[in-house]
Amino acid sequence: MALLELRNVSKIYQLGGEEIRALDDVSLDIGGGEFVSIIGPSGSGKSTLMHILGCLDTPSHGTVTLDGTEVQRASARELAHMRNRKIGFVFQFFNLLPKLNVVQNVELPMIYAGVSSSERRRRAEQALDLVEMSHRLKNRPSQLSGGQQQRVAIARALVNDPKIVFADEPTGNLDTHTGEIILTLFRKLSQEGRTIIIVTHNPEIAAVTPRRIEIRNGKVAEKVDERLAGLIRPGAIAAPAVATAA
Amino acid sequence: MSLWNAIAVGLKEIWAHKFRSVLTMLGIILGVSSLVAMNALVQGMENGARESLVAVGGLAKVRVEAQPVPVEQRHMRDLAVGVTMNDVRALKNSAPEAALISPEMRLDGYNPTLAANGKTYRTWMTAGVWPVQAELMEHKIAHGRMFTDMDDEFARNVVVIGTGIRDELFGKPEDTGEPVIPIGQTLTVNGYPFTIIGMFEHYESEQDRKTRELQEKEKAAQLAAQLASGSTNQPSGPQRSRGWGGGRRGGSFAFWIKNNTVYMPLNTMWMKMKSGQSNAPAVPTLNSIEIRVADPLRINEALTQIRNVLMVNHRGIEDFSFRTQEDWADQINTFIGSARMSGGLIAGISLLVGGIGIMNIMLASISERIREIGIRKAVGAGDVEVFVQIIIESTVIAVIGGVVGLGTSFALIQLISSVTPTDNAPVVTAGSMAIAFGASVTIGVLAGLIPAFRAARMNVIQALRYD
Repeated sequence: MALLELRNVSKIYQLGGEEIRALDDVSLDIGGGEFVSIIGPSGSGKSTLMHILGCLDTPSHGTVTLDGTEVQRASARELAHMRNRKIGFVFQFFNLLPKLNVVQNVELPMIYAGVSSSERRRRAEQALDLVEMSHRLKNRPSQLSGGQQQRVAIARALVNDPKIVFADEPTGNLDTHTGEIILTLFRKLSQEGRTIIIVTHNPEIAAVTPRRIEIRNGKVAEKVDERLAGLIRPGAIAAPAVATAA
Repeated sequence: MSLWNAIAVGLKEIWAHKFRSVLTMLGIILGVSSLVAMNALVQGMENGARESLVAVGGLAKVRVEAQPVPVEQRHMRDLAVGVTMNDVRALKNSAPEAALISPEMRLDGYNPTLAANGKTYRTWMTAGVWPVQAELMEHKIAHGRMFTDMDDEFARNVVVIGTGIRDELFGKPEDTGEPVIPIGQTLTVNGYPFTIIGMFEHYESEQDRKTRELQEKEKAAQLAAQLASGSTNQPSGPQRSRGWGGGRRGGSFAFWIKNNTVYMPLNTMWMKMKSGQSNAPAVPTLNSIEIRVADPLRINEALTQIRNVLMVNHRGIEDFSFRTQEDWADQINTFIGSARMSGGLIAGISLLVGGIGIMNIMLASISERIREIGIRKAVGAGDVEVFVQIIIESTVIAVIGGVVGLGTSFALIQLISSVTPTDNAPVVTAGSMAIAFGASVTIGVLAGLIPAFRAARMNVIQALRYD
C-alpha cells in the first residue's frame, strides 16, 4: 500500500455563489521514499493539493489515506496530530517564529508532541547538525540569511522524524546558488530514504526529482509539460511577456 | 505543551511588550488594590465599632428603665410604683431568660462630687449595684477586688473605681512615670468617706492602645537621648492642655465612660446616701435594672418574658421600658454593609474595566500574531493548545497585575489613612487578599476566552498566508 493514496479527490470552494473546483477528481499514489515534485502554473490547484496532502485541509469529496489513516474523516485535533508526527513542512517564506531563536524554533514541533525538554534540546541540535546550522543555535531568524533560515526550517521539519516532508517553493525566495544548496540538501534527505514532495513551478527543481506530477485546471495532467518539468533545457524557458515587451 | 512552557511563552510575550503590558495591568492593579484597601478600611471601622459595643456589654445586655406612665394609663398613675427591688426579685425568681440581673441606683438630681488626695472630680457614672454588675458590664478587676454580697449586706463604705477616676484624682501613671494604684485610699462621695477596695482595668480601643504605646516608646527614646547627652534639664514651661478632642473621638467615648465608673454596693447607696434624704421615696426605687439575657439570639423571647414578669408586679401599668444595643448593632451592620457595598462596587468596576483592557489587548495581540498561530498550527498545535496558550497569557497578565495590586494596596492604605486619619487602624485580612487575587485570576481567564476562541478557530491556511 502506498504511503499516500488519493482517490477521486475534489476540493470545491464557493466564491460568491460561484462554484470553483480547485481539485477535480484527482487520484494518485505516492509511495514511501519517493522524491516527487508537483508542478503546474499558478492557479492550477497544486497548492490546494499540497494542503490536502499535508493535512492542512480536507477534501470536499474523495478519500485521502496517509500512512493507513483516512484524512478526510479526521477531526481538527487528529489533523493537528498528523501534521505534528507524520508531516514536516518547509515554506517559501521560511515561517520561523521571529521571537524564538534557532533552537527554540526547531524545538517547536516537539513541544506539541510532548517531548521532554532535555530530549527536545538533543534532537534539535541533531537536526541542526544535519543541515549544518549547529553553529548558530542562539541566533534569531532575523540574524540569519535566507538560505540559513531555510535550513533551520528544514531542521524543524525533520525534527519529529516525519514520514513525509512537504516543501512549498522552498527555493522561491532564495538566490540561485543558495537554492542549489537547499536542493542538494533535499536530494541528500531523499537518498537517506525520506519521502519528499516539493511543490514548485521552477523547472530546475522539477528536473532534479525522479517523479513529476503536473496539475492542470485541478486535474492531474496525462502528460507532463516538458518545459515546466525542466526536461527541455534553457533558452526554451519563456521569459515573462512584460519583460520582452520592454 | 506543558503548563510551564505555556506560562514561559506568556511571560515572554508580556516582556516583549513591557509598556503595553503594564498599561494593561493597571486596571487590575487598581481594582485589586482598591478592593483590598477598601476592605481593610471597612474592617478597621467594623472592628472599632464592635469593640465599643462589646465594651458596654454586647448584644445580650438589656437595661430596664423607668418611664412615665403611658397616656392611656394616666388615670392609674398613682398606682405606678416605678422600678423597684421587687422587680429584681421577681425577675430572679421567674425569668430564666434573664441570666444575670443587677439593680442600679444612682444619686438623683446632680452629679456626685468625688474627692480624694486633695482633688475633686464630678462624674455621673456613680452607682450602687450588685457585685454581679462587674461581670454584666464586662468589667475586669486589675487591682484589689470587687465588693461582695457581704459588703452589700452590711452596706459597707467601699467603692471600686475605673482608671479614669484614678487619673483625675491620683494622677496618670503616664505622667508620674510609675503605676498609680490607690487601693486602700479614702475617697469621698458627696462628703461620705469610702475605701477604694478595687480598680478596674484601663479600657481603651485597639487604636488608642497602639497610639499610647507609640507615645510611650517615643517618650522613652527621648528620655534615653536626654540621658545619653548628659543633660538633666527637663523641658520647662506651662503645661499645655490640648482640649477636648483627644481621647474622646467616636468609638473611644464608650471606653471613656467605662473608665469613669464608680461602683458601690447597692445597700450602701440606698442606706447611706439616699434613704436619709428629704426627697427619698419610702421604697428603694431603682434607676434601672441591668440584665444579661441567656441567649442574645432569643432576645425577643427574653424581652417578652421579662415584660410579662414585670407587668404582674406593676399591676399592668407599663411604666418601664427596655433599652437594648440592637439598634447600635443594626447601625453598625447597616453602616458596614453599605461601606462594604460601595467599596466593593468601586473595586468591582475597576476590575471589570481591567478585564476589558486585558481582553482588548489580547485581541490586538492575536491579530498581530496571526501568522505565528498559523505556523504553530502547521507544526502540530491543536486548537486546544492555541486556546490554552492565549488563556494563559491573559491569565499571567492578570495574575501579575493581581500580585502588584496586593502590594500596592498597602501603599494605598497608607495614603488613605494619612490623608483622612480615622480612629480605627485599617485591617488587611487574608480573606480579602485571597478574594482580590482570586477575582483577578478569574478576570484574566474570562478576558482571555474570546481572544483564545478566535485564535483557536483560525484557519491554518489563511493564517499562514497572512501578512
